[in-house]
Amino acid sequence: MTTAPAHSKNTQIPPTLRVGARGLSDKAIAWIFIAPTMVLLLAINIFPLIWAVRLSFTSYMANLPRPLSFVGIDNYVDILTDEDVWDHFQTTAHFVISTIVLQVLIGLGLALLINHKFKGHSFWTTVILLPMMLSPAVVGNFWTLLFQPQIGPFNYFISFFTGLAPSSFTMIGSVDLAPWTIVMVNTWMWTPYVMLICLAGLRSIPDYIYEAAEVDRASSWRQFWSITLPMVMPFLMLAVLFQAIQSFEMFDMVSLLTSGGPGSTTELVSITLKRSAFEKWDTGYASALAVILFVTAFGAANIYVKVLNKVKQS
Amino acid sequence: MKKMIAGATALAASAFVAAVATPSMAEAKSLTLCWAAWDPANALVELNKDFTKETGIEMKHEFVPWTSYADHFINLLNSHSSECDLIIGDSQWIGGAAENKWYVKLNDFFDKNHISMDTFLPATVVGYAEWPKNTPNYWGLPAMADAVGWTYRKDWFAKPELRAEFKSKYNRELEPPKTWDELLEVSKFFTGKEIDGKKVYGSYIYTERGSEGITMGVTNAMYNYGFDYMDPKKPYHMEGIVNSAGAAKGLDVYKELFNCCQPKGLTNAYMSEGLDAFKSGEVAMQMNWYAFFPGLAKDPNVGGDKIGFFKNPAGPAGQFTQLGGQGLSVVSASKDIDDALLYVKWFAQPAVQQKWTDLGGASASKAVLESDAYKKSAPYAPSFVESMGMVKDFWAEPLYVPLLLDMQNRVHDYVVANKGTSKQALDALVKDWIKVFKQEGKDPS
Repeated sequence: MTTAPAHSKNTQIPPTLRVGARGLSDKAIAWIFIAPTMVLLLAINIFPLIWAVRLSFTSYMANLPRPLSFVGIDNYVDILTDEDVWDHFQTTAHFVISTIVLQVLIGLGLALLINHKFKGHSFWTTVILLPMMLSPAVVGNFWTLLFQPQIGPFNYFISFFTGLAPSSFTMIGSVDLAPWTIVMVNTWMWTPYVMLICLAGLRSIPDYIYEAAEVDRASSWRQFWSITLPMVMPFLMLAVLFQAIQSFEMFDMVSLLTSGGPGSTTELVSITLKRSAFEKWDTGYASALAVILFVTAFGAANIYVKVLNKVKQS
Repeated sequence: MKKMIAGATALAASAFVAAVATPSMAEAKSLTLCWAAWDPANALVELNKDFTKETGIEMKHEFVPWTSYADHFINLLNSHSSECDLIIGDSQWIGGAAENKWYVKLNDFFDKNHISMDTFLPATVVGYAEWPKNTPNYWGLPAMADAVGWTYRKDWFAKPELRAEFKSKYNRELEPPKTWDELLEVSKFFTGKEIDGKKVYGSYIYTERGSEGITMGVTNAMYNYGFDYMDPKKPYHMEGIVNSAGAAKGLDVYKELFNCCQPKGLTNAYMSEGLDAFKSGEVAMQMNWYAFFPGLAKDPNVGGDKIGFFKNPAGPAGQFTQLGGQGLSVVSASKDIDDALLYVKWFAQPAVQQKWTDLGGASASKAVLESDAYKKSAPYAPSFVESMGMVKDFWAEPLYVPLLLDMQNRVHDYVVANKGTSKQALDALVKDWIKVFKQEGKDPS
C-alpha cells in the first residue's frame, strides 16, 4: 500500500531532464554512445599510428635524450635497399606459406576425420584442440626444452627411429633444420584452429546433397572434389586469411624458440622490428619498418578479402 | 584507580617514545644501489652492512638480471629517474652517461677527498671511469674488475692415458693451452672422448646473439690475431683495421673452434650455459668471466683439485683479453647526491676494497690485486691479475648499443649460421659502424 505511490512518484521524469531528452536527436544520442569507443580507438590505435608515421621520417632514438631530427625518406630507403631486411622478408614468406599449407592440409584432414562419429570422438577432439589453447610463450618454452640435444625427448624420439645419436643434431641450433622447426611448432599449435573452421564448414553442408550424390553413384573421391571442397572453400579461405595474419605477425613463440637464430636463419620481420625498436633503440627506423609491414599486411588482406568475396559469390 | 594511573602512565610513556622516535625516523636516510643480479652482488650486500653501521645510512639494492640489465637501467637513466642513487654500470655505458649527464662528474670530488685514480689498475680506470677515453675526466670509480678467462678440467688433463695419447699425437705434453693454435688442438683432442662414462666436448665458447655474448667471446680470438676498433692515429677510421686480414683470421679460428668442439645445441649461449656445461662435465675447457671463478673453484663437483684456470691464449698479434667489469657512479638525478658521494668515498678506502675482494667481489685496487697475499689467495688469482694487464674493451660510445648489435649480428651470422666469409662479415660490419658513427656526427673516413 505504501510502495505504490512512491513508485509512481519515482518513475516520473523530472521536467528538466524531460526537456533535455526531448532536445537530443537520435544522432546525438548515437554519438554519446559511440564517443567513448571512438576516443579509446583514437587514443590507442589511430594516434600511435599517426605518431609512428611521423617518427618514421626522423632519426629519433627513444633511449637518448635528443630532439627529433627529420631525415625525409632515408629510413624507408635504408630498409628497402637493405639485403638483410629482404632476407628477413623471405624468411617470413617461407614461414607463412609453409605453415599455411601444412595447417590447411592437416587441419582439413583432421576435420574430415572428426566429422565422423567414432568411439572416443569427444576425447580425441579435446586432445586435438589442446595446443591452440596454450599460450605461445608456454609453447615456445616447452618446445625449447623438448628440442634440447642432450636432455630433450624429441631428439631421443628421432634417434629411436633413425639410429642417430640424440646429441648429434640440434633442431633449433641447425641452420638447415631451424626454419622447419619453427614451421613445425607453429603448425602443431594452430592446426586445431584451422580444423575447427573447416569443421564448421563441413557441418554446414546439408546431408541431402551427399544423399543425391550417392543416388547418382558418385564415388567418395568425386563427392569430396565436387561437393565437400567447393562448399568448404569459403571457410578454408577465411582460415587462410586468419592464419596468414597470425603467422605474419608471429613473434613470441619464435622469439622464445630461436630468437631469430642460428644467425638470422629464423629472423622473421617481426623480430627485426623488435630488435630495431627495443634493442638498437633505432626508433625512427623501426617506425618506418612498422609502417611498411602495416601497408604490406593491410594491402594483402584487402586483396585477399576481395578474392574471398568473389569465391563466395561464385 | 590504580589501573587508571597505570593506563595513563603507559599512554604518556608511549606518547613520549613516539615524540622522540618520530623525528629520528623521519631523518632515516637510505641509498639505493643498482647493479646486475649475480654472485658478486650478494657479496656487495654483505659489504654494505659495514657502511650502514658506520654512517647510519640504510643501503637498498636493486639487482636486475643480466638479460635486462642494460635496457632497464639505461631507460631509467635516460628518463632521469631517481630510483637509483648509485649505479654500478657497464663499461660501455660510460660515453653515453657522460655526454648525456646521467652520471655526476667526479673529478672535483676525487681531488677534494684525495682519491687517486693511480691507485687503481690503469685498464680499469680507462674502462670504467674515463670519458673521453684516455683523458682525466672521471665519471666513475672502478668497482668490479673483470675479464674473460678460461677454466679447464685439471683432473682430465692429469689422466695418464690421455696424456700419453696426446703426447704421441702432438709430440708435446697435455697442458693448458698458451696459444690459440694449442687451444684448437687440445679442444679437438678432447672432443668425442668418453670420460667418466660420458661423451665430452673440447671447449665451450660464447655464441649468444641477442645482447653481447658472441662479441665478448669472439674478440678474445680476434684481438690476438690483429683486430682493433680503429686506427690509433686516426680516430674512428676503421677500414683495414676492423676488417684486416688478421681480424678475419681470428674470426675464422673462433668459427673453427665452434664447429669442432662446442657442445651441440649451444648456438645461442652465454655465461650461464657455459657454467652449466662445465659443471655437468660436458666440456674440458670453458671461456667465461673471472667473476664466476670464485664460485666454480668451490663447486662440489668440478671445483677444488678438479679445476684449473688459465688466461686467454696468445695469437700471432699478441695476447689480449676482453675486459668486463663495471664502475661505481653517482646518478645525477639522485635526490641524495651528497650521501651517494659519501658512499663512493667509503668504498674507495683500501680496507673496504680489501674486504670487498675477500667477500667475493673483485676490487680493481692495485694494493689489493698486486699483493702477494691476493695472488696466493685463490687458484685463479694469478691468471686474473695477469689478465687485467692485457685487457681491451669494446666501444664505449654513446651509441654503443647499435655498434654492439651490429657486431653481434655479423659475427653470429658468420660463426653460427655459416653465412658468407669472415672477410665479408667484417666488411659489412665496417659499413654498419660507419653508418652509426655518421649518425653520431663523427667522421669515420
